[in-house]
Amino acid sequence: VSEIPIRSDMRDTDVAPEQLARELTKIWSTPPGLWGALTTVDHKIIGRRYIVTAFVFLVLGGILALAMRAQLAGPEGRWIGADRYNQVFTMHGSNMMFLFAVPVMEAMAVYLVPLMVGTRNIAFPRLNAFSYWIYLGGGLLLWGAFALDMGPDVGWFAYVPLSGPQYGSGKRADIWAQMITFTEVSALAVAVEIIVTVFKQRAPGMTLARIPLFVWSMLVMAFLVVLAMPAIMVASTTLILDRLVGTHFYNPAEGGDVLLYQHLFWFFGHPEVYIIFLPAVGMVSAIVPTFARREIFGYLPIVLALIATGILSFGLWVHHMFVTGLPRLGEAFFTASSMAIAIPAGLQIFCWLATLWDGRPVLKVPLLFVAGFIFTFVIGGLTGVMVASVPFDTQVHDTYFVVAHFHYVLIGGAVFPLIGAVYFWYPKITGRMMSERLGQVAFWLIFVGFNLTFFPMHILGFQGMPRRIYTYQPEMPWGGLNLVVSLSALVLALGFLMFLVDALRSLRGGAVAPDNPWNAATLEWATTSPPPVYNFPRIPVVTSASPLWDSPDTLPVAAGLRIDRREALITSLREADPQARESMPQNSIWPFLAAIATSIMLVWSIFSPWAVVWGSIPVAVTLIGWFWPKGIPEDEA
Amino acid sequence: MRARLHRLAPFTLALTCTACSGSQSALDPAGLPALTLLHLMLGIMLTCAIVWAGVVAVLARALSRRRAPRPHSVSRERRMTIVISAALVATVAILSAFTAASFIATRALDGADTDALLIRVRGFQWWWEVNYFDPKTGETFATANEIHVPVGRAVRLQLAAADVIHSFWVPSLAGKQDLIPGRDNELTFVAQRAGVYRGQCAEFCGLQHARMALAVVALPAEAFAQWLETQRADAVAPSSEELRRGHDVFVAKACGACHTIRGTQAAGMTGPDLTHVGGRRTIAAGVFETTRGSLAAWIADPQTIKPGNNMPMVPLEPDELRAVSAYMASLK
Repeated sequence: VSEIPIRSDMRDTDVAPEQLARELTKIWSTPPGLWGALTTVDHKIIGRRYIVTAFVFLVLGGILALAMRAQLAGPEGRWIGADRYNQVFTMHGSNMMFLFAVPVMEAMAVYLVPLMVGTRNIAFPRLNAFSYWIYLGGGLLLWGAFALDMGPDVGWFAYVPLSGPQYGSGKRADIWAQMITFTEVSALAVAVEIIVTVFKQRAPGMTLARIPLFVWSMLVMAFLVVLAMPAIMVASTTLILDRLVGTHFYNPAEGGDVLLYQHLFWFFGHPEVYIIFLPAVGMVSAIVPTFARREIFGYLPIVLALIATGILSFGLWVHHMFVTGLPRLGEAFFTASSMAIAIPAGLQIFCWLATLWDGRPVLKVPLLFVAGFIFTFVIGGLTGVMVASVPFDTQVHDTYFVVAHFHYVLIGGAVFPLIGAVYFWYPKITGRMMSERLGQVAFWLIFVGFNLTFFPMHILGFQGMPRRIYTYQPEMPWGGLNLVVSLSALVLALGFLMFLVDALRSLRGGAVAPDNPWNAATLEWATTSPPPVYNFPRIPVVTSASPLWDSPDTLPVAAGLRIDRREALITSLREADPQARESMPQNSIWPFLAAIATSIMLVWSIFSPWAVVWGSIPVAVTLIGWFWPKGIPEDEA
Repeated sequence: MRARLHRLAPFTLALTCTACSGSQSALDPAGLPALTLLHLMLGIMLTCAIVWAGVVAVLARALSRRRAPRPHSVSRERRMTIVISAALVATVAILSAFTAASFIATRALDGADTDALLIRVRGFQWWWEVNYFDPKTGETFATANEIHVPVGRAVRLQLAAADVIHSFWVPSLAGKQDLIPGRDNELTFVAQRAGVYRGQCAEFCGLQHARMALAVVALPAEAFAQWLETQRADAVAPSSEELRRGHDVFVAKACGACHTIRGTQAAGMTGPDLTHVGGRRTIAAGVFETTRGSLAAWIADPQTIKPGNNMPMVPLEPDELRAVSAYMASLK
């Protein structure tokens, strides 16, 4: 093979495929070792890191859940005291929502979206690196505080006045509020990256109607993040201001209002559920057609359902406040809107069922988890319809019925598809297959364990068992069911253990994966498993919604990107017509340093308001370093 | 109505216990609106169960069918569109029916009964202050953690919070309603049969949220009138040497700084009114049955029994402790 010397402004059409691969590897690669790990901006490395970290938090949160089940297995349990228990359930909720569920969904998007839209890196790659470090900082803050017996103990919702200056003692509530800041900054950053990647970096020809449903769902999720997270930032920041500098946002004695906090929290908190659920729906929409071996039925209705869910999700926050004494007519409005969100959810389920019905399903592990998802999520959705009814809700609000309901929605509705998605995309990410046999065992343990753990909680709720109690008296008729629940939780934990063992074991021991092991239709399967650092040697051109099915042997490609520097192809929003070649950032240490400076400022601000003044100086320095002009011409149209 | 409840019993998986502490279950209603709520809940749940069974049946069939690949067919796609549209219409119809039913049931929750018995309940960390108020005489008295009501008459609770948010919930009688600082909420119910109905705080309110129970005691009208009579009266005077000594210790030590015993010098407002504490079923918001022994244990070391509560440990000699607990138990 003859080697052509690389001149500047040389294009990918000027060299042979082997040399193209070498040159692209040279410009896109991450240096080995610690320096490379700290400076990388490769979405695949950061995405992997995000996914692994989120699963570590899942395991930690799961251990807390088992601790709570040990305490509640019988009346007057003596495993954990009241103070520790309140920290444990607060940690469990905060950890699962802010450190596991949202980040793991965004992490899947960080890894997969650029591959699925056929581009070489996510938009704003340095922001992406920064978002991971900030997320890690928030996680370390929360768990570090818990290890020091300073973990928050006011619930994952931190209602005032319990979390306010008068009743929330020590620094526990501040740590909760600042952990929110960390995770929201990171979530907002990723959301912006996803939106821009989907809008501007799609492969040529990937019109709006050809965007994979997984990408659509991530796009809608990203918009929900952008619109919902500011509300919780306001809530947690005003809470910290009340605590730290004596403002009175939530002090009724000084004209503040405790319900204002609840409105702000749930204006975020309800869309939050869909921020977790919509990506899971996208995973289902990727798995179902692949294993049903036919195109998804009702692509357009599903896209519209995703968008409708996103919009409606902002209109139902009040159903978390049905027993706070709001006007009845207003409550009726929120009953109607909460019921209405079941319509787009139902529509998607009908479309998946139709796809399976009309296709020829092969019941591999990913589809098994999707089937488990439909079985359990429909229960969670229907109990959601129940709590949307004001009179119904007055009996079950803040009881174990609600605990059962949202675990059916979050585990059944999001974690089942997520595990299916891990089995599905693991070969792409690692180049190895996970075990079909272990996967089946893990599925049945998780499925049976989950239902035996959470279904009895519905009954406990009807029987009057409130949430967030560290113990109950022997005369209450709850002991038997609680014991069943606690024992079943062990089965569920064993199932998760099997899954993790499979995932770890397959890293080295799994069968080597081909490029497209499941014969799926979308672009990420068009490249090698695992993908090269530059994702695609040439940018694919898309002519249908299922490119790998409609042209199975060769894909048309776009040519003309430079090979002496990192470039991405920018395309138009609607039709994805090529518009420009954008230079993409190099690896950089600055996002890591900026994250450290930001973390120091945020943690310090728990103890002194002056941290915001002095702490912002290093933040400014690192940001200047980050954005220092490189003298590279930006876009070339 | 009882017969109807019995018919429903197996369906509702009711495992309720109506022993010592009283029932605390939404499946075991003893009044309104709890009964209305149960009917609504059963109707919605039954409908949902049918919907779920249908979805799972279709899923099972779709996954178990085995057949050869077929070419794409427009007529099949159209059939599927029709089926899905029909399912969607059914979804909308069911949800609309649920919405209408819950709207109607909600209106029934606000029974504006002018004859209602008015009771003020204030939530504290972690106990309930209960104030009876007679609008005719203007007379008022306080008790704690136990609400006596007459059977068959509407009761209107005015709910307020002294510190953080609490939630009043006695599931056998009514759904819950929050007690929120800076706001006043109301809850109306009617107990339809005599009995003891347990409830507990349903909004997380801090360290001892789990130990914030209360009881509603529904009495026939005459018994209720009698109870009112007893409660209005001042505390009974100590009738023996030991009780007198207990009274003196109570007044001389820190006890009276927080607690009121009407008819004595003890007039503190921080803790529960103890004028008739010996007549209540439990102490410390449902922690113990009221006995002389449990009173002694509580007074001796409240922070071990219910850590974090506002009652300090007041150092007492053994004979003082004996006397005070005997005196407390005598305050029927």
